[in-house]
Amino acid sequence: MVRIEFLGPIAKESLEMEATTLHDVAHKLSDDSEVKEWLSTCAVAVNDTLVSSLDTPLKSGDKVSLLPPVCGG
Amino acid sequence: MLELHENALNVPDILSRWYQKERSNNYGAYLSFVGTVRHENGIEGLSFDLYEPILKRWFEAWQQRAKAEGAVVKMAHSMGDVMVHESSYVAAVFSPKRRVALELIDAFVEDFKATAPIWKYDLKDGVRIYAKDRSAPIAGSGLLETRQ
Repeated sequence: MVRIEFLGPIAKESLEMEATTLHDVAHKLSDDSEVKEWLSTCAVAVNDTLVSSLDTPLKSGDKVSLLPPVCGG
Repeated sequence: MLELHENALNVPDILSRWYQKERSNNYGAYLSFVGTVRHENGIEGLSFDLYEPILKRWFEAWQQRAKAEGAVVKMAHSMGDVMVHESSYVAAVFSPKRRVALELIDAFVEDFKATAPIWKYDLKDGVRIYAKDRSAPIAGSGLLETRQ
């Protein structure tokens, strides 16, 4: 199982799912009505490192974080 | 030096502490940037969430970049509520000569705005409202969007 965390303004508790790559995560979240509106503007981190490929492999215990648009300062 | 504080920053204390710490280290230039909450759009203040693990990694990368130029970067940011005319952000660069510090503070603050995992909310009538229109997607966003 991998853990999916939703950061900042995405008002959703984290969840766990079976996934071997980010393709699986993308597919499952596209069915989630609370989250899918955020997908086009979120960056993705695996174990706190930003990633740029859906082929990124995942293993049990990994943490996937969704980072919506930012505005510090 | 990355400092995270609950609520408003004590700017005179931060700038003075950093100055005292570095003033004998042969840096000829100390540049600071202070972000203060403005009275606009009827807000009472701003509120901030941040994600510390990625923020720390981002900042460590900037420390290395500064070190390669013989400089030091420092940053302080608020968590939670910061009211109008209080300050939520301080960034600073120390460098041997002014040109490196002037260029680094510009690049650092701009990259901070574009990349640092911090989320801003307007405070109106005591309610937090995500500042969506003023927020920017981090480079590479939209990875998980599926086109069906």
